Amino acid sequence: MRTDPAAAGLTQSMLAIVRRELLLSLRRIGDLTTPLVFFAIICTLFPLALGPSRELLALIGPGIVWVAALLAQLLTASSIFRQDFEDGSLELYILAGHPLAALVVAKVLAYWLITGLPLTLVSPLLAVGYQLSGEAVWVLMVSLALGTLVLSLLGALGAALTLASRQGNALLSLLVVPLSLPVLIVGARAVALAATGGVAAAALKLLAAGALLGIVLAPLAIAPALRIAVD
Amino acid sequence: MTVLAQVSLELTAGETVVLQGPNGSGKTTLLRVVGGLTQPLDGEVRFAGAPIRHDLAAYSRQLLWYGHKAGLKDELTAIENLTLHAQLRHADAADPDEALRQFGIADCRDRVVGALSAGQKRRVALARLVLGQVPLWLLDEPFTNLDQAAAQTLHELIAAHNAAGGTCLLAAHALRLEAYPAYRPFSLEAAA
Repeated sequence: MRTDPAAAGLTQSMLAIVRRELLLSLRRIGDLTTPLVFFAIICTLFPLALGPSRELLALIGPGIVWVAALLAQLLTASSIFRQDFEDGSLELYILAGHPLAALVVAKVLAYWLITGLPLTLVSPLLAVGYQLSGEAVWVLMVSLALGTLVLSLLGALGAALTLASRQGNALLSLLVVPLSLPVLIVGARAVALAATGGVAAAALKLLAAGALLGIVLAPLAIAPALRIAVD
Repeated sequence: MTVLAQVSLELTAGETVVLQGPNGSGKTTLLRVVGGLTQPLDGEVRFAGAPIRHDLAAYSRQLLWYGHKAGLKDELTAIENLTLHAQLRHADAADPDEALRQFGIADCRDRVVGALSAGQKRRVALARLVLGQVPLWLLDEPFTNLDQAAAQTLHELIAAHNAAGGTCLLAAHALRLEAYPAYRPFSLEAAA
């Protein structure tokens, strides 16, 4: 089978970006742990503050874990392109001779691996505090994995649009939170359904569709926003 | 704000043009326009006869950009930084170790860039020049922070690049051109 050399070069470049981002996050371990610690703290504080009422915790648990995940993602979203912008890496990405949107996909996937995935992996531990059933915990993990990917894409869009602005952080929240609401509603609803013995498949499929749609469409908006930011 | 107006510049293969002018005269802006990073409000840039905006990605593969910002990650070592640049651009044949050696910083190979001096950082960034062959070099103040030996290396690289038919456009406000007769000066006036 013949492969297009330009396409092969693109795959290699995307992998190189993912590798670099992971390596960087290991060197700056705070990038990796800050959202995770934040997420864990919110999730553990609520059961302590509300008391050990089993029914109450099971009722509000899915919503709280999801809100905590959204806030944890929002916390780091503004930093997605910040350093690349400041140290000149972004200009080199733009001039790499590859479609910028493809490199953005690599950037966002790496960001998800650093923030969304660890958050998903620790969520079963935190779900214990809310008396979630085994079934509901699985749904929680799948919904968080898909949902944080969508949130990463939305966060990257907000980060790209506010990159050149001094008040980027506040602006980013104003931009991204409204767009995130459907993800929050569907994600929390999926877990709540599973916790009460309902069927969560439809909600999870909706999240999966959102993730697929986002990964195709969001980079097409992020790439021009980045070009404008460096212009 | 208009920084540049009525600028016409033609580069031929194998020559080096040095942009000169006081601070704020638009040297960097002109380089960015030529590199496709900044869109001109009016006029266009052509490469080998074709306007660059028709296929920016293909044009980008023909040029090497060395900007005011080095594009290096402080947390990564010199070799890790260069390897990424090699993978990002010139998929094969690049030898980051050889590039570092050429700029006399082979001993900094495994040190994180954040721990290097300003001059050493510039050398690591400049080592990108020898990672692969592209016809057009765009260098913004490449001599800043370089000591004499490194500057000499850079002049030799530019001469070799020109000899191989490569073109170089560089901004250097403090370069004494009488010492380098091969370079063609191009003066920009201060913005009115």
